Amino acid sequence: MSIKEQEKTLIENFELLENWEEKYDYLIELGYELPEMSEDLKTEQNLVKGCQSSVWFNIRCENHKVFFEADSDSLIVKGIVAVVDKLFNGQTAEDLLTADLSFFETVGLWRHLSAQRSNGVSAMLAHLKKAATDCLTD
Amino acid sequence: MFRDVQSARRDFPILQSLVNERALVYLDSAATTQKPQVVIDTLTDYYTRYNANIHRGNYSLAVEATNAYENARAKVARFINAEHPHEIVFTRGTTESINLVAYSFGEGFVKEGDEIIVTELEHHSNYVPWKLLCERKNAKFRVVPFDENGELDLEQYKAMLNERTRLVAFNHISNSLGTVNPAKEIIRLAHDAGAVTLVDAAQSVQHISHDVRDLDADFYVFSGHKMYGPMGVGVLYGKERLLEAMPPFQSGGEMIDIVSSEKVTFNVLPYKFEAGTPYVPGPIGLSAAIDYLKCFDEKEVHAHEDALLKYGLESLKEIPGLKVYGNPKQRSSILPFNIEGVQHYDLGILLDARGIAVRTGQHCTQPIMDALGVTGTVRASLALYNTREDIDALVNGIHRVLKLLRR
Repeated sequence: MSIKEQEKTLIENFELLENWEEKYDYLIELGYELPEMSEDLKTEQNLVKGCQSSVWFNIRCENHKVFFEADSDSLIVKGIVAVVDKLFNGQTAEDLLTADLSFFETVGLWRHLSAQRSNGVSAMLAHLKKAATDCLTD
Repeated sequence: MFRDVQSARRDFPILQSLVNERALVYLDSAATTQKPQVVIDTLTDYYTRYNANIHRGNYSLAVEATNAYENARAKVARFINAEHPHEIVFTRGTTESINLVAYSFGEGFVKEGDEIIVTELEHHSNYVPWKLLCERKNAKFRVVPFDENGELDLEQYKAMLNERTRLVAFNHISNSLGTVNPAKEIIRLAHDAGAVTLVDAAQSVQHISHDVRDLDADFYVFSGHKMYGPMGVGVLYGKERLLEAMPPFQSGGEMIDIVSSEKVTFNVLPYKFEAGTPYVPGPIGLSAAIDYLKCFDEKEVHAHEDALLKYGLESLKEIPGLKVYGNPKQRSSILPFNIEGVQHYDLGILLDARGIAVRTGQHCTQPIMDALGVTGTVRASLALYNTREDIDALVNGIHRVLKLLRR
């Protein structure tokens, strides 16, 4: 699925849920479904620091496509990581760099989560984009 | 029992609101208290009716604004039992008050080889300015540790005091643990060693006694916004002889006496420390907050908050896996905790989805978090308008959140 199609499915799924608690419940569920990241990959180098939680990204570039494993010590942030995983894992660096990520700023739950400086959503996206830039020039 | 809590709640319009479609349960008053309608109205009245720059104009509006501002100073002085109104300097908040003293007292009186003592229980605002002062002056920065109960180690403190100690800075109540520190004893010991003291009263002025002369504090600092007043106004109390002897902090308008290319002389206290146009409505709003507090019997309010804290501690301890941090002999208004296997951020976010506002993270006290060996805590904090129902909502909320998180 393309980034756009994934985004559409995710937005629809979240909009079906009536209240914040249900949306968070679904987000946490997505986190639980995220493939496990090996503990040895949770290194200082792979750490993207949020203020109140830690996120690890182990990113590889193959044929100008970006692949990663990721995890967080927060279940909410792990849910966000799972969304990022669905959107971008295995996509080409070019698609990742040109993707319109405005739904993070405009759609209910995402706007709420991005507005908090503490969870590191924006740091996470910036980290992926930087890796994609490196991958493009690889 | 503080009988008026339900009627007091009606004085705070925000407490009637819905957050995420649920009635707001506000448990973050240590970060900032909500404001009673009378404080909000006072700010509106100032801008609507008599906004003017103070101390300069001779017209009616300027005179009214100046009077209101200076009356606020006198009211704050009475509130903390200062000897003179000119011992009250208005600042932007506790942080600026501390920075003013760290800079000005530091420039005037701290030399290489001198020592400054702070405690491990400090907010970064009462830690970093002193650390930076010590770096500037090549002075020694010393930190009194706390024990497993969250209480300061007074024996170590006594051992640190010596003839080189210039200043001891400490909070009356810890913002992370709620420990009530033995301020009078800390001050007496500092004075015996010839040092001056700064009391960070940001978390205490609204919850326990605030008599600077009874404490014999040399400097006493707090913020208006944590005691039901507006954001952006803070207070620095300093003993007259100290403020007189200290050089100015910021310079500019208001704080000068004579200015020429050869010479600048400074205005008298407190204006020497209030450079530029001040935040005039701030002190006026703070004055309204003090008047509001006078509607209540202070002892009853404190007893209500203490009873609620006790109820909160007992209720939280019923939750399996929940750990409350610290066990000081005297604690005030702050409930710091974590739950085994639950990230504090997740708990905070999911409580918010139920309209419950608590603080999560490090609370600007990294040395405390390091000593506790945690990345952060959840902090619920109380004010006069909180009720047992708020505590029950928190406890029920936590049970509900745990069901969401543990599957």
